[in-house]
Amino acid sequence: MGKRVGIIGVGQTHHASQRLDASGVELIAEAVTRALDDAELTVKDIDAVVIGNMDHFENINYVDMWAVDGLGAVMKPVFKVTTGGTTGTTIAACAFYTVASGLFDVVLAVGWEKNSESDTQAAVATCANPVLERDFFAGAIGPLATEYSMYMKAYGATEEDAAIVAARERNNALNNPYAHVRQAVTVEDVLKSPMLSYPIKFLDMCPRSDGACAVIFAVEEKAKKLCPKPAWVHASVVRHDYTHFGDLEWTFMPTLERASAEAYKLAGITNPLKEFDVAELYLPASTCGVKWMDSLWFCEHGEAPKLVRKGVFDMDGELPVNPSGGVICTNPIGATGLIRVGEAAWQIMGRAGARQVENARLALVTGFGGCSWSDVMILGADLP
Amino acid sequence: MSDWKKSITPMVFPGKIAVPYTWTVGSTLSKFYCELRDNGKIWANKCPACKTVFVPPKVKCIHCYRDPSIWVELPGTGTVESYTIVRYEEPMLHPRKAPFVYGLIKMDGADTCMVHIIDEIEPEKVKVGMRVEAVLSENREGNILDISHFRPVK
Ligand SMILES: [Zn+2]
Repeated sequence: MGKRVGIIGVGQTHHASQRLDASGVELIAEAVTRALDDAELTVKDIDAVVIGNMDHFENINYVDMWAVDGLGAVMKPVFKVTTGGTTGTTIAACAFYTVASGLFDVVLAVGWEKNSESDTQAAVATCANPVLERDFFAGAIGPLATEYSMYMKAYGATEEDAAIVAARERNNALNNPYAHVRQAVTVEDVLKSPMLSYPIKFLDMCPRSDGACAVIFAVEEKAKKLCPKPAWVHASVVRHDYTHFGDLEWTFMPTLERASAEAYKLAGITNPLKEFDVAELYLPASTCGVKWMDSLWFCEHGEAPKLVRKGVFDMDGELPVNPSGGVICTNPIGATGLIRVGEAAWQIMGRAGARQVENARLALVTGFGGCSWSDVMILGADLP
Repeated sequence: MSDWKKSITPMVFPGKIAVPYTWTVGSTLSKFYCELRDNGKIWANKCPACKTVFVPPKVKCIHCYRDPSIWVELPGTGTVESYTIVRYEEPMLHPRKAPFVYGLIKMDGADTCMVHIIDEIEPEKVKVGMRVEAVLSENREGNILDISHFRPVK
């Protein structure tokens, strides 16, 4: 058992398809400056830094070196983390471990990506094994389309179920000044948008963005001193599985089931749907906002469409999911998971502005990458 | 050669993906490059707190994390702090054929060094402490080679 850790500050850029006004270093500086301001700290208060992104999106290796001035990491211990789509949540996990170890008191976690600097689909494809599956299945859309197609066949879920999720998240983003895509859409609009890869349509899918996020983690004694209402970390769990797409279980998400089950056990949660007040989930496509609800133990396998249609995950529902608009509205890939952590922390801290869920005391965060890797973090207003 | 290698058929797959990259210069360095390209001037930025002057300009002061918000024009002269004579060819990367000299040039009015080419002198005659001046390119495109090279002050 490590030390207790709280989040005491969050900052993020105004995300966009292309931020031509800011270099990668400047995006990082924008997020770090805002996080320091949010925590009312200066860079002198930071004991160590964890940063991450995916090198092949910008073709600049060693961000921990070339961005060090914008990062505020000059002459500090700085570690770089890259785990694909989960990079952002893994950065948070590493910052948490670093503080919980008792060796560092205040740790700055930074995720960023400047996806406008390359062809995101081509760069993503380099993740897949080059001598096996890269030619067919690489990229983000194909695997997600295939898994939802299988879920539809198994349980009778529909394209409309996914469209309901897409409309919900896109309309939530209207309350988030940082979101990249802020456009009111209807379920009809989603269903009528161009087909990308059956059953995923244009408005079901995440964009790729330029942006950065910074989150400050502090050890219990410091967090209490520095922040009126820290977001305490109750659990942080990471689960990875097989490398080849053909090896995977597709009707549910084994990594998400196992990671969330372990996290709930650590946090003493027995009825997640009832106990969580808000969730910021890494849902790269609206279809995941249907299928993966099963794997978070909100219901039995195949029951998720019912919950979606009942509005359980709407802003005024039992468990609001992605008040920020989520990943389908903002996706600077190395920052995407950390934005989930930051948004959930702001909900607990009462700093989420127009997207605030009233009296949010327990928040669920997930990260997705891989293919089919899951990170889970639980944040709470009460000490763990 | 051991025998076990005979049972293996060596295979390699050629890559198909050539990702095109472009890099956003950003608000700090675009000011530096626009001044250089359009007006032939070398500008540095200065930290209002610790007064450190950076050229090329920095996004944040490395000492105090303040915005180096004060812009100063430099005269374009400086002193060679160190150098090397490059004797090998790197045609994809190097802007000159070997042999050529590059080095660290401490610009007058700045606290940091610029890395650049030292030319118009036989490589063997370059010395640490030598006074040099920037020579601008005729056709400037907004990149570091808008300074063609540095040469000894006559
Ligand atoms: Zn300074």
